[in-house]
Amino acid sequence: MTAQTTPDTARGGPAPRELTRGERWGRRGPLLPGLLFVIALTQIPFLFTVYYSFQDSNLLRPESGGFTGLANYGAVLGDPLFRNAVLNTVLLTAGAVLLSLVLGLGLALLLDRAFLGRGVVRTLMITPFLVMPVAAALLWKTSMYHPVYGLLNWVISPFGVRVDWVNDFPLLSIVLVLAWQWTPFMMLILLAGLQSQPPEVLEAARVDGAGPLETFRSITFPHLRRFLELALLLGTIYIVQTFDAIYMITQGGPGQATTNLPYFIYLQAFRAFEVGEAAAAGVVVVAATLVIAMFALRVVSSLFEEES
Amino acid sequence: MSTRTPPRGLPLTAAATGLVLMATACAGAGGQAPGGGERVVTVATVANPQMEDIESLIGEFNDQHDDITVEFVVLPENQLRDRVTQDIATQSGQYDVVTVGTYEVPIWAENGWLLGLDEYAADPEYDIDDIIPTVRSALSYDDQMYGAPFYGESSFLMYRTDLFEEAGLEMPDQPTWEEVAGFAAELDDSDTAGICLRGVPGWGELLAPLNTVILTHGGQWYDEEWNAHLDSPEVQEAVQTYVDLVRDHGQAGAPNAGFTECLTTMAQGDAAMFYDSTVAAGNLEDPESSSVVGDIGYVAAPTAETDHAGWLWAWALSVPSTSTDPDAAWEFVSWATSKEYHRLVGEELGWERVPPGARVSTYDIPEYREAAAAFAGPTFEAIENVDVEQPGLHPQPWTGVQYVAIPEFQDLGTRVSQEISAAIAGQQSVEEALATSQEYAQETAESGGYRD
Repeated sequence: MTAQTTPDTARGGPAPRELTRGERWGRRGPLLPGLLFVIALTQIPFLFTVYYSFQDSNLLRPESGGFTGLANYGAVLGDPLFRNAVLNTVLLTAGAVLLSLVLGLGLALLLDRAFLGRGVVRTLMITPFLVMPVAAALLWKTSMYHPVYGLLNWVISPFGVRVDWVNDFPLLSIVLVLAWQWTPFMMLILLAGLQSQPPEVLEAARVDGAGPLETFRSITFPHLRRFLELALLLGTIYIVQTFDAIYMITQGGPGQATTNLPYFIYLQAFRAFEVGEAAAAGVVVVAATLVIAMFALRVVSSLFEEES
Repeated sequence: MSTRTPPRGLPLTAAATGLVLMATACAGAGGQAPGGGERVVTVATVANPQMEDIESLIGEFNDQHDDITVEFVVLPENQLRDRVTQDIATQSGQYDVVTVGTYEVPIWAENGWLLGLDEYAADPEYDIDDIIPTVRSALSYDDQMYGAPFYGESSFLMYRTDLFEEAGLEMPDQPTWEEVAGFAAELDDSDTAGICLRGVPGWGELLAPLNTVILTHGGQWYDEEWNAHLDSPEVQEAVQTYVDLVRDHGQAGAPNAGFTECLTTMAQGDAAMFYDSTVAAGNLEDPESSSVVGDIGYVAAPTAETDHAGWLWAWALSVPSTSTDPDAAWEFVSWATSKEYHRLVGEELGWERVPPGARVSTYDIPEYREAAAAFAGPTFEAIENVDVEQPGLHPQPWTGVQYVAIPEFQDLGTRVSQEISAAIAGQQSVEEALATSQEYAQETAESGGYRD
């Protein structure tokens, strides 16, 4: 909302007249129901989560309940399985985000050039992002990774190699599925960045005798930096929440190899039915995600500032 | 800076698309509502073939009860359990009939979450005494039945008679695990796995067959004082046998294969043996889903120290105490678990698809005996031979075979199965997996207040 109202002043148009109190409420009024709705929808469940994180509550024991202070937080933070889940989440997220970012950049650079059928190719490239996560996970589990009739093994079998992907490289298998799904997202953002380059600057660079590599290094990349940051942060926030792929392909296993934070919380809530501990773990994750989101918002706002 | 307005809508559109996708992905599942009655019975069922048959036959029920509309919510086993437990424990009352197993029924009945069915089932037409006694007792709490069995199952060993003949091997009626390991080694080649055994984590997946192996080797989860014994030599031996068998001669991708995956493997002719639920037989003998019809032999669950080693499980239809219309719910439950329904399935869908292991009278129907000749006898025997009070060599403080009947077992079993699945994947040794499991089991007994 601020992004649409501030440019007027920033662009040096006529200075807006001060609004009277009544006029201001007249503008805000219609928005209030929406605001209340958003608050109710997002904040009340969170407050309940915070409340439960201080309760000793197990759904399978109707007699349980009561205030336990910080005991749930202690239990969660002291749980080696929780720490393992944190580590897995970091590896999974960093791996998937970086891989899809690199692939997305490559594809965006290719699609930035004019060629016949570019529109069709671009649409095709976006499709993995439009597949439902559950369907994508199932697709990969059965038709790509399956050790007997999976496509990946079919491709590498002429070289005499046979890999049981999910079994031998569980975390990598999940990262590949996520990268496949999120590359189009990265590509879209970076393509927008590339196409917003002022053509006269590129032309000037060419006139000055800069080669494609040199142009990319000194002009395109600095221009893209903000878009890269935006893609990185938005991707991270979404990929941290990955659940479908893990549930469908590995069930968190073998062992704890692919149990990430969302799956850990799921096990706490729906296997152990330890509502208190699951809520505490959820609050910890929300706090950590908020830190990342704050960076994201800062980057987004600086992006708009620069443009205006 | 630049005077040209950049297309800054694109990244925002991209981000918005992402949000919309996330939201729509959650709204995929939905029920259907055949019939047009005013009383609605919402049934949560497990996505097993026998349960899906009910959906296709619901028209018959509607003809008899035109005031009742039945809506189905069909989910895979693990998801069904999550949803139903959540629904009942929070008393939200979404379902009028829930599909639960022998594990849940006594625990939930104790919590007051299920309605006792004895009063309803006293109707002579329903004939409650026709229900197989072991199954009925597994679905009772304090001598009252809380779940009407839809079908019951035990476990047995299925093997390819043609492959055994070719190799000149003979399967005994009561094989031991040692013999099974020998056969598996002999029959294992690049196309066909020696045996298919579950390996995917989950207490209802990997642990079901594995627990029968532990019990028949003389192992146990807990003794009568709730001391855990998962690191005992007997359990070590049993789990080592299982893990070695899967690793050396099992199906490819074992740590991610469960009942469904193994059933497919066997039905496609990719495994020589398959130790699992007796319910699998119906599918293996159905030409529509199987390429090995008529080539399968059925023998008792492999043993080591005990005489019998099968498990006992029954999927039952129960009415939660939160049901808004328990009378209508019972109308549906009594229809789906009646003798007439069994005949209906036989006549409409084929006799090999009749729900097995629930009623004694089913085994007296001549058409069923003929259609299920290969497996009906072994199934009935396996179910009858189970001792739910003491399935292993040692007395146990709970009733049940392939699980420990305490609320904490869903969590404990999931964690232990993850450790053993890691051993099957070769990430750790059986010894390490069991040492960790023993710690979990001790912890559970203490935190659950079963011992001091």
